[in-house]
Amino acid sequence: MPKHNTPMLDELEKGPWPSFVSDMKRQAEKKPEVWDILGQLERSYEDKITHWKHGGIVGVFGYGGGIVGRYSDLPKQFPGVEHFHTVRVNQPSAKYYSTKNLRQLCDLWEKHGSGMTNMHGSTGDIILLGTRTEHLEPFFWDLTHDMGQDLGGSGSNLRTPADCLGKSRCEWSCYDTQAACYAMTMKYQDEIHRPAFPYKFKFKFSGCANDCVAAIARSDIAVIGTWRDDIRIDQAAVQKYIAGEYPSNGGAHKGRDWGAFDIKKEVLDLCPTGCMWMEGKELKIDNAECTRCMHCINVMPRALRPGLQQGASICVGAKAPILDGAQFATLIVPFMEISEENDFESLTEFIEKVWDWWMEVGKNRERVGETMQRVGLPTFLKVMEIEPIPQHVKEPRSNPYIFWQEEEVPGGWERDVVEFRKRHAA
Amino acid sequence: MATIEHKGKSYEVDEDGFLTRGMEQWDENWVEFVKSVEGIGDLTDEHKKVIDALQEYYKKNGIAPMVRILSKTTGFPLKRIYELFPSGPGKGACKMAGLPKPTGCV
Repeated sequence: MPKHNTPMLDELEKGPWPSFVSDMKRQAEKKPEVWDILGQLERSYEDKITHWKHGGIVGVFGYGGGIVGRYSDLPKQFPGVEHFHTVRVNQPSAKYYSTKNLRQLCDLWEKHGSGMTNMHGSTGDIILLGTRTEHLEPFFWDLTHDMGQDLGGSGSNLRTPADCLGKSRCEWSCYDTQAACYAMTMKYQDEIHRPAFPYKFKFKFSGCANDCVAAIARSDIAVIGTWRDDIRIDQAAVQKYIAGEYPSNGGAHKGRDWGAFDIKKEVLDLCPTGCMWMEGKELKIDNAECTRCMHCINVMPRALRPGLQQGASICVGAKAPILDGAQFATLIVPFMEISEENDFESLTEFIEKVWDWWMEVGKNRERVGETMQRVGLPTFLKVMEIEPIPQHVKEPRSNPYIFWQEEEVPGGWERDVVEFRKRHAA
Repeated sequence: MATIEHKGKSYEVDEDGFLTRGMEQWDENWVEFVKSVEGIGDLTDEHKKVIDALQEYYKKNGIAPMVRILSKTTGFPLKRIYELFPSGPGKGACKMAGLPKPTGCV
């Protein structure tokens, strides 16, 4: 395939940020079809419209998802991208790799595909960009047989779960996010590979409320680590922060002079519940009033640590705007123990209860967050067999349209107007 | 738009091999053809049951049924549907039944 003129894309080779155009040109020397990707992209820059056709249904036998089919609407001009399917490959938890594994995958993709990738898709998958239909089964055979790896999810199913790097290299992680992510991925392989849901469904696992995998915004079930005892304080280390020996926030703000560290201004006064104070040289925290927002720990990581009774909060229902508007996940279980020893039993029970209900009542293409909105939080809690608690709401309702169950009201709903008229003539 | 020839009959299909004019062009010969490309062994009454269910639902509702409803009406769990149609209810069964190509965030 010949080179195409790409004056607009060439502009994107200037500047300090790694240029995807330069990278693609380098790849095109090995895989000439990449010239056609550049060519078609340049055309889209000119025409200000995409040149991919609508949809595409391809896949491998046995699975209902994992591959996103795509065809060019200019196959004559750009035969290299006539078929340009995307393969989602399930990534390892928190995306740790060996070069051996990546080299093997690259060799495989250069053999069967364009050699172009996206490391990684927003959901977490390794994305292999661009191949033809006839390569899909051979690629899948090699991926599973030679590399022991599998496809990720797509369609109305459980999508590929993802997690923050957790205990592997973070002192704040309140449970093993990688173990949980891996265990849930393996346990629910059927749900990942064969769409059986009303719509897509995502899990994400964050070790603490900093939420480095954005679980609260980008997953239908967000598992966010927390603790329920006291923050551990090293008073000597607090003094070192005050004395300026340790940089605040691990030195995150050293690019600018913010003055000397002021614990009152930067920690005590910023605490959202105001539950911290200094008693002489001692830092005090009223842990009963702490909402575990992570701020003080983030500022003084060498002095403050999460407590020892660790677990996670479970939030449900985040989604992007379509159809009913964007939603963050809402708190359903304030604290759940997340333990590998019992195979994450409480978590799997919770997940399956949500699924049993949503698969039955969820409408076609209705995210679980929308189903919850439709039936209401009280109904959702009831099917989940969870007692409503104040922590379930940010504030109580302000409107008085309150439903009561008939059995809650003395006398029930069956009333006789004749009886009423005996006391109140019309 | 491509054309597929099978046993003397031709069918208009899209890139993914779905009938572009849907059930209008559908016939037993089409079923035989899809069988050969979608990894399906011998055609059984169970295959027929799934296809009938899909077509009936589509004629009545103008959309393909949700997987859950297909399982309910046929009595086949999803696992069985994949045994019958290795590429699944969408790419396998809907294609064979002459339903339009599944769309959306697939």
